[in-house]
Amino acid sequence: MRIRDRLTKAEARVAPYAFVSPFFVVFAIFGLFPLVYTLWVSLHDWSLLAGDQGFVGLANYRELMKDSDFWRALTNTIGIFVLATVPQLILATVLAQVLNTRLRARTFWRMGVLLPNVTSVAAVGIIFGLIFARDYGIVNWALGEIGVGPVDWQGHRWSSWLAISIMVDWRWTGYNALILLASLQSVPKELYEAARIDGASAWRQFWSITVPMLRPTIIFVSIVATIGGIQLFTEPLLFGSGVNAIAGGSTGQFQTVAMYLVQQAFTGQRFGYASTVAWVLFLLIAFFAVINVALLRRIKSVD
Amino acid sequence: MRSRNSLLYVGLVATVLLSAAPLYFMLVMASRTNDEIVSLPPPLSLGAELFPNLDRVFDNPDVLFGQALVNSLLVASVATVCVVVTSSLAGFAFAKLKFKGRNALLLFVIGTMMVPVQLGLIPLYMLMTKLGLNGGLESVTLPFVVAGFGVFMMRQFAQQAIPDEMIEAARMDGASTFRIFFSIVFPALRPAAAVLGLLTFMERWNDFLWPYLTLDSDHPTVQVALSRLSSGYYADQSLIMAGTFIGTLPLVVVFIVFGRQIIGGIMEGGLKA
Repeated sequence: MRIRDRLTKAEARVAPYAFVSPFFVVFAIFGLFPLVYTLWVSLHDWSLLAGDQGFVGLANYRELMKDSDFWRALTNTIGIFVLATVPQLILATVLAQVLNTRLRARTFWRMGVLLPNVTSVAAVGIIFGLIFARDYGIVNWALGEIGVGPVDWQGHRWSSWLAISIMVDWRWTGYNALILLASLQSVPKELYEAARIDGASAWRQFWSITVPMLRPTIIFVSIVATIGGIQLFTEPLLFGSGVNAIAGGSTGQFQTVAMYLVQQAFTGQRFGYASTVAWVLFLLIAFFAVINVALLRRIKSVD
Repeated sequence: MRSRNSLLYVGLVATVLLSAAPLYFMLVMASRTNDEIVSLPPPLSLGAELFPNLDRVFDNPDVLFGQALVNSLLVASVATVCVVVTSSLAGFAFAKLKFKGRNALLLFVIGTMMVPVQLGLIPLYMLMTKLGLNGGLESVTLPFVVAGFGVFMMRQFAQQAIPDEMIEAARMDGASTFRIFFSIVFPALRPAAAVLGLLTFMERWNDFLWPYLTLDSDHPTVQVALSRLSSGYYADQSLIMAGTFIGTLPLVVVFIVFGRQIIGGIMEGGLKA
């Protein structure tokens, strides 16, 4: 009996660690280690096939700072990110507000706005690539009907950025609206009633109650959007189909940093240099996340 | 008041139409011949070529589309089962068991949700090469058998779904922690496990970047097969769209059947985070 008791006690002490260890072991091997080791690789001349060719210190970083292809990709990434994220968050907030009114067939509307998110990113890139095709795409046909000449969507910087932003927003606006809706539902109804009694317009209620109450969720959503947006890869890759899609257009007009990373690693076979790109991208995400929080903290909260 | 309400519905209808339009378009183009696709005005209604186009997708010798469907199903299912089991175990431990370092470890789990681990893809590639797994399906499955989001979600659910008295009572009866997990906790976690399973399956089915980099041409998943279809030398639009349709259909069906649960899971997840 005593031995059994002791065994049970020992089991109870060890079990929690046994239960959480699968997550930590797998994450350490396939998540944390690769991320940290990227920093080590970035300090080497490291080739895809030949392996480690020696420690080079910060040489890769110095080269990157002078690499105009990298700066172009960075401009593209940030441009598309801003062009996509700002309207997306505004639309999602408005949509959440609409979904929060008393509606018939609630689940139907929610499913309707979430449908795009079920579509894979690859499919989104392919479908929109055809919708924005130069010669027979439906967008150019519709523009032609109202007298606007055909736009070579892939051909220019501004137009490819716009098309890619539309893809991103199509896939994510509804999803974010649902997350904002969840947080809206926890706003006490009395706040709105009091505002209505005081004669506040719907617009005023939106800015003085909804937006401040949603602040933590807006911060969360925009950080997630930042992490995804800075790593944008699939949509632009499949938007510019063809064998050299990784180049992001004939003059790299819509090549993102993540695409440049993959191009350097696998086409250029420069693992060390590509790791430098990855690590800079990581710092960039951290930087933008901090900026995001700092900016959105300035929304005044309701006390 | 009434007019404002109908304005809301008009806005919603427009939003839902915009959501569905690209998918409808995909179906239109998948059901047309290439000649019809490049005619003006572009076709806006369904054509008669869907099944012939689908046949061409499955017969295409370069892409192995049928194999890709099976592979995706396999990879996504294995990852889903593993994520649900490992997340339930860890979630239960974090919610209901006392142990040293619990709070710090939980904080770490939450942190992993905010770290872009995809950026470690170069060392991950080197690691998979060393393990001899590059190119095969193991390489796109193994890294995804656990998920920080899953652990956190199950922890939140376990906290309110499992009364402490239940666990105490089982302990009094001399049940081990493993026993308690399998006979009491796991059954109680089933609703959340189902939602986590759905979300995980969809995420794995749609995964692109890492499979695109690591898988060889003999082991495509659906998304990789799609990118190969669309990056051919000449663009066979109706073939590409038919492939995209088949690759999208399974998840749309899952979504229509389990939409309510999926929406619940997403809204809960956002609220808690």
